[in-house]
Amino acid sequence: MTHVILSNLTKSFPGNPVAAVNTMNLDIPSGQLVAFLGPSGCGKTTTLKMIAGLITPTVGDITFDGASVLAVPPEKRGAVMVFQNYLLFPYMSVGQNVGFGLKMRGVEPKVIDRKVIEMLDLVKLPNIANRRPRQLSGGQQQRVALARALITEPKVLLLDEPLSNLDAHLRDEMRELILSIQRNLGVTMIFVTHDQEEAVLLANQIALIFDGVLQQYAAPDVFYRQPISERAARFFGGINFVPATRRGERLETAFGAFHVRTPGVENAPEGEVTLTIRPEQVVLNPADDENCTSGRIRSRIYVGTYTRYKIMIGDIEIEATRSGDIDHALNEGDAVRVGFPADRIWVVGRS
Amino acid sequence: MTVRNRRPFFYLAVAVICILLVLPVITFMINAFAFRWFYPQFIPAEWSLQAWERLQLIPPEGERTLTNWLALLGSSDVIDALVVSLVIGVGVTLFSVVIGLPAARALGMHKFRGKRIVEFMILAPTIVPSIAFVLGLNINFIRWELSGSLFGVALVHLVPVMPYVVLTLSGVFANYNPDFEDQARTLGAGPLRTFWYVTLPAIFPGIVVAALFAFLVSWSQYLLTFLIGAGRVITLPILLFASASGGNNAVIAVMSLIFIAPAILTLLVTSRYLSGESGAVGGFGRI
Ligand SMILES: Nc1ncnc2c1ncn2[C@@H]1O[C@H](COP(=O)(O)OP(=O)(O)OP(=O)(O)O)[C@@H](O)[C@H]1O
Ligand SMILES: [Mg+2]
Repeated sequence: MTHVILSNLTKSFPGNPVAAVNTMNLDIPSGQLVAFLGPSGCGKTTTLKMIAGLITPTVGDITFDGASVLAVPPEKRGAVMVFQNYLLFPYMSVGQNVGFGLKMRGVEPKVIDRKVIEMLDLVKLPNIANRRPRQLSGGQQQRVALARALITEPKVLLLDEPLSNLDAHLRDEMRELILSIQRNLGVTMIFVTHDQEEAVLLANQIALIFDGVLQQYAAPDVFYRQPISERAARFFGGINFVPATRRGERLETAFGAFHVRTPGVENAPEGEVTLTIRPEQVVLNPADDENCTSGRIRSRIYVGTYTRYKIMIGDIEIEATRSGDIDHALNEGDAVRVGFPADRIWVVGRS
Repeated sequence: MTVRNRRPFFYLAVAVICILLVLPVITFMINAFAFRWFYPQFIPAEWSLQAWERLQLIPPEGERTLTNWLALLGSSDVIDALVVSLVIGVGVTLFSVVIGLPAARALGMHKFRGKRIVEFMILAPTIVPSIAFVLGLNINFIRWELSGSLFGVALVHLVPVMPYVVLTLSGVFANYNPDFEDQARTLGAGPLRTFWYVTLPAIFPGIVVAALFAFLVSWSQYLLTFLIGAGRVITLPILLFASASGGNNAVIAVMSLIFIAPAILTLLVTSRYLSGESGAVGGFGRI
């Protein structure tokens, strides 16, 4: 149970003028499960390694429960990292791997043996302590790596892309395991991913990072309702972006004026902006006529649990989805009224 | 290449190796124990240990008591030279591996400015004949009073030894994943224990092979020992060269056997690290 704070954390590698991590400020409350989300090369692993003490920040501070840990070497920091490719020591048995951390702490062999068995049970891999790592499947190795980290009762558990090397079935299993461990042990966990779906499924809070800069730090649903920028919205699957001019509640676009009253929009940019709305919030042929415009259905794709419409409004394409059965009243080429509910529209800066 | 294509070449190679390497050793063996061995005889008619006795490696017949065996230790030139060669060889091996490790790690794992130049400098002694630098070196060694000392000879042996050590080890590091060390650190191992439990097991086969090279290169040095040793450091090759001109086949054969015995022994002991699976020489061609 450790409260982690990153302040102005910056890392520049020699010979590279662009900082890999740039002035990152992040408050990770005790016992939270936080995701570092961002495209490849945005500095996620670098940040994780700085928290673990494996990379020294160029500027900035890291505190655990209020005390700076910059001077604490990795082996004393209590932040255990699980690497993307498991890194089980090939010269040791599975049991020796799991017990490694306790051995380094000088724990009695008998106690280590007992705890190793407990831990392997916890990750649902009983009776494999005597095997060699290379005899295990990827998913099993991943779980052994997790057990090896957990046995030391870390203050902070750092997971670098814990699910990326697993197939879909194992992913679900591993996700459940991580969640249940996090719930039962209450350990502060930070995990890295470039998959927004994974971040949404697992994390209490998501830190969205582009090019070493923290973009937005919030609960998962916020990224769908109130993205900070067009790029952030696109990262979470947003596709409707319309240039607009905003004055308070009023948005002028090429195809008409709209009102915006979504909570939190007071703090969004004014003037030259971009209007965005998620496809599932666009209403086709709404009952009332507020925030409405006319378009034509360009294509209709039935996906099973929902139908996806592409609608041309002038020369701007808008996507709308409708859940449930296919609606045979809405066909390709039909004219349609398109509603943007005032409490669903969102506004981001023009990029 | 398919297996079928490889077969003839394989057997040819084995045959060549046998003729070039094994046959002379067998001849030495026979010579060392022969009393007289003349042309038409396929093997000698009479056997004896006379050459061994002459070199004071075993006491004369009828006097083989424990005290006489022990007395050989101080009086035999060959045993003295053997000890000197061993001391220098082991010292050079240890020292070259210890200083070669960080150099090889830097060369194998990192890119830096001037890397090509550093690589060339390290490789240079394998191209430049030792006579070209040892004469100049000798002037300084005399000034620093290193000439004629064991330490001085060991030091100059490092020149031909280091390329082999650094080359072998940097091949190992080129295939080495340093994340394992980071992993050990976050699990609670300090730098020393990380090296002991994680780094060392991973690079051990490479270290064995590098040490083998180091020992053998030092073991077979003649010219450098001759010039820097200034006649006061008598290693086996020095003694061997001196007696080779003496003309007694049996004596030369005995000394040659003693000279190649450690080489063959170390090869046998370390052969499993030389094989493909350990990968000790896997990255050899990479630098
Ligand atoms: N040791 C290093 N030396 C120089 N540059 C580095 C080093 N480590 C990382 N970088 C650079 O820093 C940036 C961030 O790298 P980092 O590994 O943190 O990215 P990441 O977000 O983890 O990416 P991925 O999803 O691909 O793992 C990259 O541009 C990378 O090239
Ligand atoms: Mg990474």
